[in-house]
Amino acid sequence: MERLTFDLATQPLRELNTFLHNDAKDGKARHVTVLNPDGAHNIAVGLDCPVEVEIVGHAGYYAGGMNKAASVTITGSAGTGVAENMMSGKVHVKGFASNGAGASAHGGLLVIDGDAGLRCGISLKGGNIVVGGSVGSFSAFMAQAGRMVICGDAGDALGDSLYEAVLYVKGSVKSLGADAQYEPMTDEDIAAVASLLDQAGLDHDPKAFKRIASKRSLYHWNADANQEY
Amino acid sequence: METKPVQFKNLSREESYGYDRKTLDYIRNAAAHGLYEIRGMGAKRKLPNFDDLVFLGASMSRYPLEGYREKCLTKTVLGTRFAKKPIELDIPITIAGMSFGALSANVKESLGLAATEMGTSTTTGDGGMTPEERRSSKILVYQCLPSRYGFNPDDVRKADAIEVVIGQGAKPGGGGMLLGQKVNPRVAKMRTLPEGVDQRSACRHPDWTGPDDLAIKIQELREITDWEKPIYVKVGATRTFNDVKLAVHAGADVVVVDGMQGGTAATQTCFIEHIGIPTLAAVRQAVNALEDLDMKGKVQLIVSGGIRTGADVAKALAMGADAVAIGQGVLVALGCNGETYFQNGAHHDAIADYNALGTSPGFCHHCHTGKCPVGVTTQDATLEQRLTPAVGAKHLKNYLKTLNMELTTIARACGKQNVHHLEPEDLVALTIEAAAMAGVPLAGTSWIPGQGF
Repeated sequence: MERLTFDLATQPLRELNTFLHNDAKDGKARHVTVLNPDGAHNIAVGLDCPVEVEIVGHAGYYAGGMNKAASVTITGSAGTGVAENMMSGKVHVKGFASNGAGASAHGGLLVIDGDAGLRCGISLKGGNIVVGGSVGSFSAFMAQAGRMVICGDAGDALGDSLYEAVLYVKGSVKSLGADAQYEPMTDEDIAAVASLLDQAGLDHDPKAFKRIASKRSLYHWNADANQEY
Repeated sequence: METKPVQFKNLSREESYGYDRKTLDYIRNAAAHGLYEIRGMGAKRKLPNFDDLVFLGASMSRYPLEGYREKCLTKTVLGTRFAKKPIELDIPITIAGMSFGALSANVKESLGLAATEMGTSTTTGDGGMTPEERRSSKILVYQCLPSRYGFNPDDVRKADAIEVVIGQGAKPGGGGMLLGQKVNPRVAKMRTLPEGVDQRSACRHPDWTGPDDLAIKIQELREITDWEKPIYVKVGATRTFNDVKLAVHAGADVVVVDGMQGGTAATQTCFIEHIGIPTLAAVRQAVNALEDLDMKGKVQLIVSGGIRTGADVAKALAMGADAVAIGQGVLVALGCNGETYFQNGAHHDAIADYNALGTSPGFCHHCHTGKCPVGVTTQDATLEQRLTPAVGAKHLKNYLKTLNMELTTIARACGKQNVHHLEPEDLVALTIEAAAMAGVPLAGTSWIPGQGF
């Protein structure tokens, strides 16, 4: 069966997830449409095969959580922790995303067409995030690896305690967090932003983005270790 | 030559209680370095603990079991509330969560080998699951920590249970810490960090903030694993009564309560000594919370933090724990703080290496340096060879076996055919403090301080 529809108004969530973990992995459906999500939590979590899932409406917490290889589209908005800890594949939110979008994602691409809430990309570990709108405060907090492209504005403390993740912002940044700094855009940066925008299907001039990365001054204790007087 | 009158000799050398040599040393150290002290292990201060309790063995009013002949069951089942596949252990003594990074890969393998032989579980730590520990452990509990270092769905699916770590007894409210010298290439890769950084983990989970969120997070983990695996929630002991209730509310199958004697591989000393409550007090509060919710026996309780002996295990069980978890005792069994290490069939003196760290066997808490003289808490290619998995596993198996023998001996003496039948009524306290914290009478009285006369 190529296509299959699950209606969460009549079918339990557990049935959908179990189907996606087992039958979809066995190739029993390539494309699954989920109707009437009505903000249910944990839709399409822990997917482990290249299935395409379309959630028609709004999703609650952790939609597409821990995704691997699958492509999950949410036509409405997503709650907290959408695509949290994603390993690979793609999660696309056509509306807005709440807090902690893409938290600790190790890989894959998260696209949010609208705005994202607080702590977008927190603890990012190698995934890529493209936000068509703006992001809330403390986004990319302790982000370790990967890239974030923000087409709108950023709130307070962007990139606080950054490790090696790199952030690109087109709009204004209310404030940078501890250890984050602006750096010049290189040709490589422009190419990376252009590629991510292209994958996200968003039309912006890559040269209009600013690069933010870690000062690396928090990598080691800043005390005068072992000093002798 | 000037001499003072003989009667001033002692007074002129009177040490201040408030500013004793330890405190002076602390202040001078702070003044020299401008940085708090970081060390390993748990609280060193004297605390009310399980030694302050004794068992009322059977006599005229109770009937004991024959110590060597009669059966005394130790089987322990964890995760019966929601999980399709609860954890079944042969003994109620488990290995606490300790990270690869803090411990060497050899040590993690030793833990797995010994635990598997004894029919009990091991636990991963901050830094992910290593293939060595998965291979060697029949039952492996996979921790989900705030840092999410190395956390991935494949290992979630490989795990036998999942433990959501809210806090740790050594540092409730604090995140993990691993100093640069232990962040070698393999550790750095597993944690997605640059090599050699002084790694400080987050203290809050990135994708949930309170108990209502945690309920959804736990549901996510259940959905990912098709409701098969038990979900544990681990809390550092502070407001234990409320925290355990909230963990149960959030949907935990098992609650792990770690008291302030619990160890760490690296944390600020001020945390280790000054934050959290003793294990003895935490067990009572945790059991009260479960009873209050009528969840005793439905949600299992694992207690950790300063469990060293079979008597400690028996007392924790009598107070209402279903199992215990051991960290530091396990490391000591592997050789921690020992004078020698065993390599190539012979014992080798390690004292010079302790001295190089400014310490001696018996006092060492230098896990944070990664220079463990006996090869336990290290990532150094030479030092880690000082403990081989087979030798470590043999010692650890002996230790666990001894604890289990002590536990069953005590249970039989109290007339119990099953160690889980030990009960608070079997215990009395030797100090008023312990009586108040444990909620058992002061020996020879019926007085439980705080519960009236």
